[in-house]
Amino acid sequence: MSILLTQHTHVLVQGITGGEGTFHTAQMLDYHTKVVGGVTPCKGGQTWEGKLPIFNTVSDAVKETGANASVIFVPPAFAADAILEALDAGIELIVTITEGIPVRDMVRVKHALNQSQCRMVGPNCPGVISPGIGKMGIMPAFIHRPGKCGVISRSGTLTYEAVKQLSDRNIGQSTCVGIGGDPVNGSSFTDILRLFKDDPGTEAVVMIGEIGGSAEEEAAAYIRKEFKKPVAAFIAGLTAPPGRRMGHAGAIIAGGKGTATEKIKALREAGIHVTDSPGEIGATLERALKK
Amino acid sequence: MKIHEHQAKELLARYAVPVPRGRAAFSVEEAMDIADSLGKYPVVVKAQIHAGGRGKGGGVKIAKTKAEARQYASQILGMQLVTHQTGPEGKKVQRLLIEEGMDIKCELYAGLLLDRACAQNVFMVSTEGGMEIEKVAAETPEKIVKVHIHPAIGFQRFHAQKLAFALALTGDAFKSAVKCFTAMYKAYDDLDASLLEINPLVVTGDNRVIALDAKMNLDDNGLFRHPDIEAMRDLSEEEPAEVEASAANLNYIKLDGTVGCMVNGAGLAMATMDIIKLHGGTPANFLDVGGTASAETVEKGFRIILSDKNVRAILINIFGGIVRCDRVAGGVIEAVKKSKVSVPVVVRLEGTNADIAAKLLSESGLSFVVAKDLTDAAQKAVLAVKGT
Repeated sequence: MSILLTQHTHVLVQGITGGEGTFHTAQMLDYHTKVVGGVTPCKGGQTWEGKLPIFNTVSDAVKETGANASVIFVPPAFAADAILEALDAGIELIVTITEGIPVRDMVRVKHALNQSQCRMVGPNCPGVISPGIGKMGIMPAFIHRPGKCGVISRSGTLTYEAVKQLSDRNIGQSTCVGIGGDPVNGSSFTDILRLFKDDPGTEAVVMIGEIGGSAEEEAAAYIRKEFKKPVAAFIAGLTAPPGRRMGHAGAIIAGGKGTATEKIKALREAGIHVTDSPGEIGATLERALKK
Repeated sequence: MKIHEHQAKELLARYAVPVPRGRAAFSVEEAMDIADSLGKYPVVVKAQIHAGGRGKGGGVKIAKTKAEARQYASQILGMQLVTHQTGPEGKKVQRLLIEEGMDIKCELYAGLLLDRACAQNVFMVSTEGGMEIEKVAAETPEKIVKVHIHPAIGFQRFHAQKLAFALALTGDAFKSAVKCFTAMYKAYDDLDASLLEINPLVVTGDNRVIALDAKMNLDDNGLFRHPDIEAMRDLSEEEPAEVEASAANLNYIKLDGTVGCMVNGAGLAMATMDIIKLHGGTPANFLDVGGTASAETVEKGFRIILSDKNVRAILINIFGGIVRCDRVAGGVIEAVKKSKVSVPVVVRLEGTNADIAAKLLSESGLSFVVAKDLTDAAQKAVLAVKGT
């Protein structure tokens, strides 16, 4: 079992003819993801690498292919529009990979998402992978193993690091979700935890947070109240200086708020196994499972 | 992106937010010309640097006469201004803002920023103007009044009135505040600002509300819509190595430790700093070289890291993922040869073809320290610093 991306997920690629879109569509197909078509305005009617139909609009693509999910590789200036188009066409799951979408655009997109049944993951994220089923995103598939540990992370390569540590210990993953490093995103830790809670295929969760915002604290409060499966966590940025944006748009300690220390404290108080070492994430989950 | 107070005021004035009359000066003579053109004294001489607390540091003076204006302008221009935000070394003042003195009846606070928890902008006001708002929030949170702005509704008259009532304003001052807040929000939203803070916002003797100070930060991701604001960037306010890095599309932040780090991905870069500290070392920088880590980007990374004389070892941590590690290793070898790196280099490559990469590194004839995992890499880097 898995969350978000299942056997019934039929995927569109918005921005399929761009460099990133082309490369990662091939990778997603290699991993046996059910990619059914792509969208690039003004290229409708053509085919992608002779394999997939290209459509002008998302609604055309949905009508023709029955797609219910979309992964977005559209450049930042047009990404918010692409998300709203997918929403308008009735797509149920959107994964936005694009980095650099203005916050002003995301505030409006977030409102539209709140009014709908659609779930979005990202932006500025590696995407979603359900090992053995498929992937919507840019993560290297080969480090993953099918299994029962869920992973939620604000980061990209740090998530790969955590996943590799799990796989090396023969701990497979149900679904790995990169929620992204932006200050406004489609899904929070808590949103994804709710899905893992109801997924019988997920027995434990690894959470990778970082400085900035309060999503980790909110997740801690949720876990304490409602989430009974074991959770291991790492928070990046104990050494990050305040007031500086650490790569991700959302990774900043502002006005003394959003420090790693505060987040670690909140998580520990909720009974979560937090490690101070990014080299010990796999071992920490293993310990959490044994308790 | 940060901009200067005078630039923020220039932008706010375009949206009819009331600001004192004045202009930026880059020399004492220019400052005197502006003071003369204002027509009367007192005038205010304000240091323009990208840091708060300028008044306390001696960077803001009220000149009652022309002689005083000249004296303060000469004093402040070129001074090394130390505030609680600059660090002990301070920042050199390279420009001044000369503006008219105001008759101040009371000082208030007004600020706009994103509330991440609910993904809406929040407009905050307080009667405690001139104080640090973080301090007010911690000690007397009831003195801050907040209004959230729903994106589907936008900033309405009732929002502005609510804020003005919260400040106990009446009559002309109330009307002036409602106009001012509406204009502030429009400027904030139109310009893709990430922070707009007016502290203090003052009420004058004749009941006008005026932005006496202005701090505005812009969302870097929104700058493509505002080339005129992008042109306001003052590179002299930034760390030279950080400017060089951003020109090369690298994300670099200088810190004060001894282990230089080069990592792909921001989260892993932060985690690498953390694990160095955990094993008894200190990170010299944050550096995210992006997804690909080619010979060219690695070489630029070396140049930037080595421009910091405190660096005594370099830790390269690349999680290959889709990019093959043997390619990255080739890039690292080439870059080390070209850059004449004089400190020990610890390399940890993980992902596709990591074994071939390790072999390439150890057979390169260069003295790499090859690490097998993240913990091993951190330990070896800390050890390398101790050995130098």
